[in-house]
Amino acid sequence: MYVAVKGGGRAISAAHAWLDETRRGDTSLPELTVAQVEQQMGLAVDRVMAEGSCHDRFLAALAIKQAKGDLIEAAFLLRAYRTTLVRFGASEPVETSAMRLRRRVSATYKDLPGGQVLGPTFDYTHRLLDFALAAEGEARGEGPQAPAPVGEVPRVTELLAREGLMQREATDDAEPGDLTRQPLAFPAARPVRLQNLARGDEGFLLALGYSTQRGYGSNHPFVGEIRVGHVAVEFTPPELGFAIELGEIAITECQMVNQFKGSRTEPAQFTRGYGLVFGHGERRAMGMALVDRALRAEELGEDIAAPAQDAEFVLYHSDNIEATGFVEHLKLPHYVDFQSELENLRTIRRSAVAAEAARDGMAEAARDGTAEAAE
Amino acid sequence: MTGIDDPRASGTEGYNFAYLDEATKRMIRRAILKAVAIPGHQIPFGAREMPLPYGWGTGGIQVTAAILGPADVLKVIDQGADDTTNAISIRRFFTRVAGVATTESTAEASIIQTRHRIPEKALREDQVIVYQVPQPEPLSKLEPRRAETERLHALADYGLMHVRLYEDIARLGHIAKAYDYPVMVNGRYLMSPSPIPAFDNPKMDRMPALQLFGAGREKRIYAIPPYTPVRSLDFEDHPFRPIRAPHACALCGSTESYLDEVLTDDAGGRMFVCSDTDYCGERQVAVAQEAAE
Amino acid sequence: MTADLPQTSGRTPLLNAEGLTLRFGAIPALVDVAIDISAGEVLAIVGESGSGKTTLLRVLSGMMAPDAGTVRWLGDDLHAMGEAARRRLMRTDWGFVHQNPRDGLRLNVSAGGNVGERLMAVGARHYGRIREEAIAWLQRVEVDAARIDDLPRTFSGGMQQRLQIARTLVTRPRLVFMDEPTGGLDVSVQARLLDLIRGLSRELGLAVLIVTHDIAAARLLADRMLVMRRGEVVEHGLTDRVLDDPQHPYTQLLVSSVLAA
Repeated sequence: MYVAVKGGGRAISAAHAWLDETRRGDTSLPELTVAQVEQQMGLAVDRVMAEGSCHDRFLAALAIKQAKGDLIEAAFLLRAYRTTLVRFGASEPVETSAMRLRRRVSATYKDLPGGQVLGPTFDYTHRLLDFALAAEGEARGEGPQAPAPVGEVPRVTELLAREGLMQREATDDAEPGDLTRQPLAFPAARPVRLQNLARGDEGFLLALGYSTQRGYGSNHPFVGEIRVGHVAVEFTPPELGFAIELGEIAITECQMVNQFKGSRTEPAQFTRGYGLVFGHGERRAMGMALVDRALRAEELGEDIAAPAQDAEFVLYHSDNIEATGFVEHLKLPHYVDFQSELENLRTIRRSAVAAEAARDGMAEAARDGTAEAAE
Repeated sequence: MTGIDDPRASGTEGYNFAYLDEATKRMIRRAILKAVAIPGHQIPFGAREMPLPYGWGTGGIQVTAAILGPADVLKVIDQGADDTTNAISIRRFFTRVAGVATTESTAEASIIQTRHRIPEKALREDQVIVYQVPQPEPLSKLEPRRAETERLHALADYGLMHVRLYEDIARLGHIAKAYDYPVMVNGRYLMSPSPIPAFDNPKMDRMPALQLFGAGREKRIYAIPPYTPVRSLDFEDHPFRPIRAPHACALCGSTESYLDEVLTDDAGGRMFVCSDTDYCGERQVAVAQEAAE
Repeated sequence: MTADLPQTSGRTPLLNAEGLTLRFGAIPALVDVAIDISAGEVLAIVGESGSGKTTLLRVLSGMMAPDAGTVRWLGDDLHAMGEAARRRLMRTDWGFVHQNPRDGLRLNVSAGGNVGERLMAVGARHYGRIREEAIAWLQRVEVDAARIDDLPRTFSGGMQQRLQIARTLVTRPRLVFMDEPTGGLDVSVQARLLDLIRGLSRELGLAVLIVTHDIAAARLLADRMLVMRRGEVVEHGLTDRVLDDPQHPYTQLLVSSVLAA
């Protein structure tokens, strides 16, 4: 009887075997391949790469398969793998104005250098379930594609900055912080905040960004630009002394344009909120850009009144690997703490009951007129 | 699942001894050395993602991984017991990634990783106890901001903690904290002992073994060197008192150990048994031998 | 100390400052301000809102650093002594009474806990004695001792302010900064509170640096006063002298507006 209370090793092994079985599902159906996940669940793969903080489509797809489609679990698997990889150096900063674009839209200009490129998007689709997909029909034909812009496509924020309308970002040659090596500390510099947000939970970024639109931290944002595509990653090996290209990664960049009233020393101008994430993740990049701008409140002399402006609140709660672990750890046994609380509660109740009895006794004694009865 | 919890499972090729790479272990050991040098002070460290979830012992696991050698004998307990699921899982993890010997015997272990308890048997100088810590900041319930609590520690400004204890007495007649009961280490730093029951706090005081604390999610390491004074906060006229259920263990008869309450039916039936399974088992053997003689 | 300091009370000052200058953008908040205060002395800083008096209090109490100038506590440069030392001062030799009691109280802690906090911060560890001291102080500031375990949010504004004063004075500081302590209160409540502050400061020999826009309060409490306008000290002297024989046109205006009212 007593032994049954504590879990056994056999139970764990059996539970995990069952998990394997449920992952596979009905064996009369063909098994999902990692390549299928990678190809046909591409946006899930992108999200797992971003939150897993590791740009590798194959590993992300494998993690999704292993996690039975639980994307936070998949990101966790990827993070735990990533942590064991040897770091041999840091790349050069990627140049997004040289991005090989798949998509590039601006909400602030109808047309602009490089043009509006809609790319593959859910925008403007009618959200009607497409039963033709259920029929697993033939592959649909290729969509017509306009030729992508070639060469450098200037960023909208840069166009504004040239006119003095957009605040220039302070340049800083200091080595940016790295959350995978050093823990958060406050005040957290912007590069650290951005790194934190780039890996942050998409739902959390979305909700916080949304809250700034609803008045919790005034932002007045415009999408200056969203661009999705591939950028080259370059690395300078110390022994060579010049940069070599390692390959390309897929990223999404969002630059939000926000009003700024100006101050006595600075004329009114726009300020930016910045989002940059792995893969195709517009919602994530936009949420990130909104939250980034909100977190600049202090630097821009704005009141810190809303959750999205509170750096400690945002940065300590954005990571869904940390969050899911700690929330789910409540499933672990807490017998010992609970037992001490039980004893504590019983003691408090006993002393309260005793005090009440003593009061009753006193009242009775007073009625009887015998002081001794109160003792 | 390529079960981390299945010691026979393969798939650890390519991983370093004890999972973490040597550079990471060195970083953690540096944090531990700092922590030992400033007893009770929380040292930030670059905690890594581990293959176990945050809140399930990642801090303790990283500390253990950093100090573990091939000759070590590891004991892992959760709630005092070697056979709780998470203890089994962590023990298997180290069996798998480090191949070290494990034990359930407190006396035989060189490293004891624990969640929520200190073993009943007194620890020795040649042992290290590693605590898993969910929230290293003892002031977090009173002041959620790190930047502010760090300042309070730097200034040893702990009046707020005493206010909390004062309020308990004013409201309830005594201090209501039953576990994770705050302690002063070496007369300087206020420290969370991790969520061990207050019953275990006195064992920390001047303990011969090195005590290490790892908080993975919060990315802090702290330590109590051997024989360091550790005092539970209290008032002169409301002294600290460890609480245990006022019963004897139903299995070994101990009236000194910390007890778990086990419900035996749905009609209020219950029994109390030692939470420390090794201690209880040893006593049962001793009692049986005595009876046989 | 330099010779061109304004008139002092002649004793060794607890706190003295010279050359304090601070700007907020284009706005001068403090312009070459000098000030000193001695043990047991009550000094009022008066002026309209925006005159820089609250800023001066914040700089003198170390909460804000000036662009130029020094503040000395018993001869030590306040802004050079480091935060640890300043915080220690704030919970031992100094006290601060805020205009809004909510800024100076812990609203989720009982009245007794509020009064006891400073005692515990300096090492008191006997619950019974902390409680006795808290009861004594509640009585002293005329708060019903039966309310010792109630939360301050259930108190009236005047009671909250008296509780804040008890909480500040319990460790017997040498210097108390007060920022419009009667600010948000009814006139009748104000008068009682001013009497209380006057009584306590005499009894305990406190030095008090009080910022107020209320000339009547300054006359009642202060030994000396200092009149500020646009960040500058325009007049400074014994309270009776300044109020009965104001020299600066601005002081004359202030005094006459009170008399006219």
